Amino acid sequence: MNIHEYQAKELLRANGVAVPEGIMIDQAGQAEEAARTIQKKTQTSAWAVKAQIHAGGRGKGGGVKIARNLQQVKEHAGHILGMNLVTHQTSEAGKQVNRLLIEQGIYYPGESEPAEFYMGILLNRDTGRNVIMYSTEGGVDIESVAEQTPHLIFREEVEAGLGIQAYQARRIAFNLGLHGEAFKQMVKFVIKLYNAYLATDASLMEINPLFKTSDNQILAADAKINLDDNALYRHKDYAALRDTSEEDPFEQEANAHHLNFIKLDGNVGCMVNGAGLAMATMDIIKLSGGHPANFLDVGGSANPETVEAGFRIILKDTNVKAILINIFGGIVRCDRVAQGVVDAYKAVGQIDVPVIVRLQGTNAEEGKKLIDQSGLKVQSAISLQEAAQMVQSTME
Amino acid sequence: MSVLVNEASKVIVQGFTGSEGTFHARQMMDYGTNVVGGVTPGKEGMKHLERPVFNTVENARKETGANTSVIFVPPPFAADAIMEAADAGIEVVVAITEGIPTQDMVKVQEFLKDRNTTLIGPNCPGIITPGEAKVGIMPGFIHQKGGVGIVSRSGTLTYEAVDQVTKKGLGQSTCIGIGGDPIIGTSTLEAVKMLMADDQTEGIIIIGEIGGNMETDAAEWIHQNGTKPVVAFIAGKTAPKGRRMGHAGAIIGGKADTASAKMDAMREKGIIIAESPAEIGEKMYQALHQ
Repeated sequence: MNIHEYQAKELLRANGVAVPEGIMIDQAGQAEEAARTIQKKTQTSAWAVKAQIHAGGRGKGGGVKIARNLQQVKEHAGHILGMNLVTHQTSEAGKQVNRLLIEQGIYYPGESEPAEFYMGILLNRDTGRNVIMYSTEGGVDIESVAEQTPHLIFREEVEAGLGIQAYQARRIAFNLGLHGEAFKQMVKFVIKLYNAYLATDASLMEINPLFKTSDNQILAADAKINLDDNALYRHKDYAALRDTSEEDPFEQEANAHHLNFIKLDGNVGCMVNGAGLAMATMDIIKLSGGHPANFLDVGGSANPETVEAGFRIILKDTNVKAILINIFGGIVRCDRVAQGVVDAYKAVGQIDVPVIVRLQGTNAEEGKKLIDQSGLKVQSAISLQEAAQMVQSTME
Repeated sequence: MSVLVNEASKVIVQGFTGSEGTFHARQMMDYGTNVVGGVTPGKEGMKHLERPVFNTVENARKETGANTSVIFVPPPFAADAIMEAADAGIEVVVAITEGIPTQDMVKVQEFLKDRNTTLIGPNCPGIITPGEAKVGIMPGFIHQKGGVGIVSRSGTLTYEAVDQVTKKGLGQSTCIGIGGDPIIGTSTLEAVKMLMADDQTEGIIIIGEIGGNMETDAAEWIHQNGTKPVVAFIAGKTAPKGRRMGHAGAIIGGKADTASAKMDAMREKGIIIAESPAEIGEKMYQALHQ
């Protein structure tokens, strides 16, 4: 699950990780009040006004502004809230900004130069361990750092049973070139951040920039957290962090029916049992001259209810010119799936695009017969090759 | 021969009395697998499917001599079940459970380092050596004893490949569903090594997908050490970047773990690539009849 920056920072703060003071608002009229509250707490004379959307590159797109006075806070808030923010991570249409984070300014003059670093914690799939990736080059796209100056990216892997050790945090702080108070603060920050990563069941924590202020405080100036969906059951309060306005409406509806659905922009819809076979079915659609309109795994059961829900969601997409249903019957019998398809087809009523049903496995022949005798405009196939050819001829 | 499971395997079921455990235990027994009992904490002394139920894996192993376990325990308790089986000295542990939190598996991985247990899965269909033992949830009847070893991260896509192989008259030595999660007990490479060393296996099929480096790692090893033809299909050529495609591990992270990048890297190492999932069986047939 993806969450907003302000939510990520709340989780970090709750786990003892240092973040700037900030307040989330969803109306421009709340901006001044929020800025004043932050000023009272921190005596700041500058603020950051930051668009809250689930995409990176917000600054470049004009979604992050620095305000030097309360008037500017109001102006920036009025401008950014409601804007359509286009970044390299959004679609061309962009995303509407519905929430803002007003935050204390952190670039103030002081005894030392401020500095920006990068820190990310994630799983190293090769070793099955968590790894802290960090770099002296912060505040920029880490992927380009990895490409151009890979020697400036460091990795610290953590043993699962033991957790992060102090010497590891010290090594990180030394590699970042810190000393004195900033060094001490960084050691503390790294340990807190790693423990927050475990405590929240995050699958990714990315702090970019990781900021050293002019008075040697270490702060998470930005924060991106992805949460492990499989662990949500032990964090019931995270349900409130979900922002459905960030989700595709088709995917939301599918979700309500417990279907695993991802919207794509092609012209052939598909419905498959099993994630791997679903991906392979998308691939075969492409090889047959079409473009997959979605990923849809109906799971093990493929009963009339799920097939009907799948039909309805796929058919809402007016780009869809054909639908391929691909079921490999193992435990689930193909004749039962076929009956489900027939029932669902009738329940949906009018279906104006060709439907191809490929049934293989347990009772495949019986299933095919059931489809062929239904009188519906549904083509049936047994082998994957046959089904691919049928998709191809509908595309021609 | 075959790998991991055979007619001598003595299998226990963890989560034996639950609905999934019950259903699949019966299916395994019908296939001919030697299921010697099961574990459900608190139900020791009971009989289930005419087999004894034990409180702990340790007891089950002591009483039945089990060397293999298959796990149908729900996600919150599954990591614990894997560790219990390993601690009791079970040699092959097959975790079917889907949805185990990643950090639980990080711990399991560390736990298994000093133990002589081979974990298959989690989030997998299991292992089958046709005609000898089925330790998992795959439909038995599509399989046929033969010489093709299959390693796969997927469930139904594996059945698809098995079915194609069987229809080509080839049959399978052992099919290993290694699982679709980001952390799994046995990698593509480890499974390939087992099959490469197995006398019965004449050719190997790798079914991979987007995410991670397992398939390219295996290809590198095969290039140096391979003695049998290897056919591979990588699912997800049309998958968008950064989205999880059903399996928790099926997500494109960078440039190297797309389906196209993997297929190119594997082809370079001499692996026969099936561009279409419909031609996996045909490619294997050609490779073995050249």
